[in-house]
Amino acid sequence: MQISDTLRKKAEEIFFRFPPEHREAALVPLMFEAQRELGCITPDTERWLAETVGVSLVKVREVLSFYCMFRTAPAGKFLIMLCHNISCCLAGAENLQQHLESKLGIRNGETTSDGVFTLKYAECLGGCSWAPMMLINENQYYQLTVEKLDRIIESYRKGQPILPEEPTPLLGNVGEPAPA
Amino acid sequence: MTGNGNIRLLSRNFGKSGQAGIETAEQRGAYAMLKKAVRMKPEEVTALVKESGLRGHGGAGFSAGMKWGFIPKDTFPRYVCVNADESEPGTCKDRLILEYDPHLLLEGALICAWAVQAERIYIYIRGEYFYPTRIMHKAIEDARAKGFIGDNILGSGWSCTVHLGTGAGQYICGEETGLIESLEGKKGWPRLKPPFYPAAVGVWGKPTIVNNVETLAFVPRILEIGADKFAALGTPKNGGTALLSLSGNVKRPGVYELPMGVPLKTLIYDCGGGITADRKLKAVIPGGSSSHILTAEECENLRLDFESVAAAGSMLGSAAVMVIDETVSIPRLMVWMTRFYAHESCGQCTPCREGTGWLLRLATRIADGKGRRRDIDDLYEVANNIDGKTICALGAAVAWPTKSYIKKFRHEFEALVKE
Ligand code: SF4
Ligand code: FES
Repeated sequence: MQISDTLRKKAEEIFFRFPPEHREAALVPLMFEAQRELGCITPDTERWLAETVGVSLVKVREVLSFYCMFRTAPAGKFLIMLCHNISCCLAGAENLQQHLESKLGIRNGETTSDGVFTLKYAECLGGCSWAPMMLINENQYYQLTVEKLDRIIESYRKGQPILPEEPTPLLGNVGEPAPA
Repeated sequence: MTGNGNIRLLSRNFGKSGQAGIETAEQRGAYAMLKKAVRMKPEEVTALVKESGLRGHGGAGFSAGMKWGFIPKDTFPRYVCVNADESEPGTCKDRLILEYDPHLLLEGALICAWAVQAERIYIYIRGEYFYPTRIMHKAIEDARAKGFIGDNILGSGWSCTVHLGTGAGQYICGEETGLIESLEGKKGWPRLKPPFYPAAVGVWGKPTIVNNVETLAFVPRILEIGADKFAALGTPKNGGTALLSLSGNVKRPGVYELPMGVPLKTLIYDCGGGITADRKLKAVIPGGSSSHILTAEECENLRLDFESVAAAGSMLGSAAVMVIDETVSIPRLMVWMTRFYAHESCGQCTPCREGTGWLLRLATRIADGKGRRRDIDDLYEVANNIDGKTICALGAAVAWPTKSYIKKFRHEFEALVKE
């Protein structure tokens, strides 16, 4: 199979992070990079990973199936990860879930027929104080409401995504309690 | 609020522009404490951290200085792992350090590495933290270019490198032995822990210190203000301040830095502005999803430090306070909570693998109004059969809250079940 030069260069960078006698440590980060470039991990990619890292194919498969961010079939162009854990649900995430499912006509794990959106529920994305939260590909969005969600989704559909606030916005007045 | 309220050790630079850039960070004093540390003896640094009363802010609350002291005398190489796999529901404080002050974390990790004479630092960041990962990546490159990372750091004769490790969406990789397995390129199955593990037997079988992001970020501040002053900020057994993640039904959720031992009410009412829509407070989860729930009455005089929360029958854990108002159904809350653990169980131990799914099914049935009375006892029974019978703490992390929800809010479960 065809492995791009960028990916090969990435692999070298990743190997550099670990002692030369522990090349297998590069497996998780390299799998991440491969998926980022190729969209998913196919059997061909598995074989390449096993060879490059120097582990058996079955070990690659073990790692691949363990981590929930890896996939064996491509996702849509935009992967929506909407959190539905405690803090987000307390802030109305279940409502957003329902809204999004009917808006996109898909359920958890499915992809729209035009291949644009894949929906995946997440168990806490580490944005609980800014709940509800979601990721679209690598962009983080906070304090979602139905309206805000609609605006963001539309912007992706049009191919001109609203970019998120980065870094995470500060809420309240961090470090200093509000005057009593 | 006491005068202590304005102390900002970690959050000093949050929200300031340019802080993630090394030039600005240096102008504001970054790496000055690393310079100070490498002129001290490594044991002196460890002793200072011990005196400060700094405890791990990742969940367990173990004394950081003691942990560093467990490194065996003559085994090399040694490693430091920064646990940036923050993923317990409710916890979202480390993200701010990674995003706003990456050099503070690097400085703290380097000081720790000097104290234990480690030659490599791994910063293990959860896969979903794309933006924080980009920031840390850049910070490491910059610090390397400036000579804070690499050979003969600041003329000390000591060399140390820093690298990123990547998670890929599995909560259990935040457990320290799961993290090590994952870092080594395997699935993150936690290991059985003999005492002093992984300080003695960690990454690739070598001595390893695993500390959480917030814990390490405190280290430069301890050198700056002195162990005594740091210790004096908190309570006798809990040195310093803490970043408290406040979420749920409050008007102004957020991350607040307050001294250890601060009243819970200060956090909820003064910082958080009180309960959403001025509703009544029903309960609080004080330390992330794995902690026992506390009723409004139990929260009345609660203070946020490890001992006080434990005395109230829960735990401070990662200091993630989740506020629950009167409109929330506790059985529904249990569905959300058990779903998390059922999803995240790594599958290694049968009681956890089977039990978490079972809990979720029972909780869902009850919350949907389709349960029977005996389902409530079954929930309790299953939780009991997970508790204490597993390799890692995830088993207890689901069993304890399950039991506490039922004990304290049994009437809500009973109201939903048919005979
Ligand atoms: S308790 Fe659960 S998460 Fe921990 S090792 Fe066992 S199966 Fe895995
Ligand atoms: S619960 Fe949704 S981000 Fe933590």
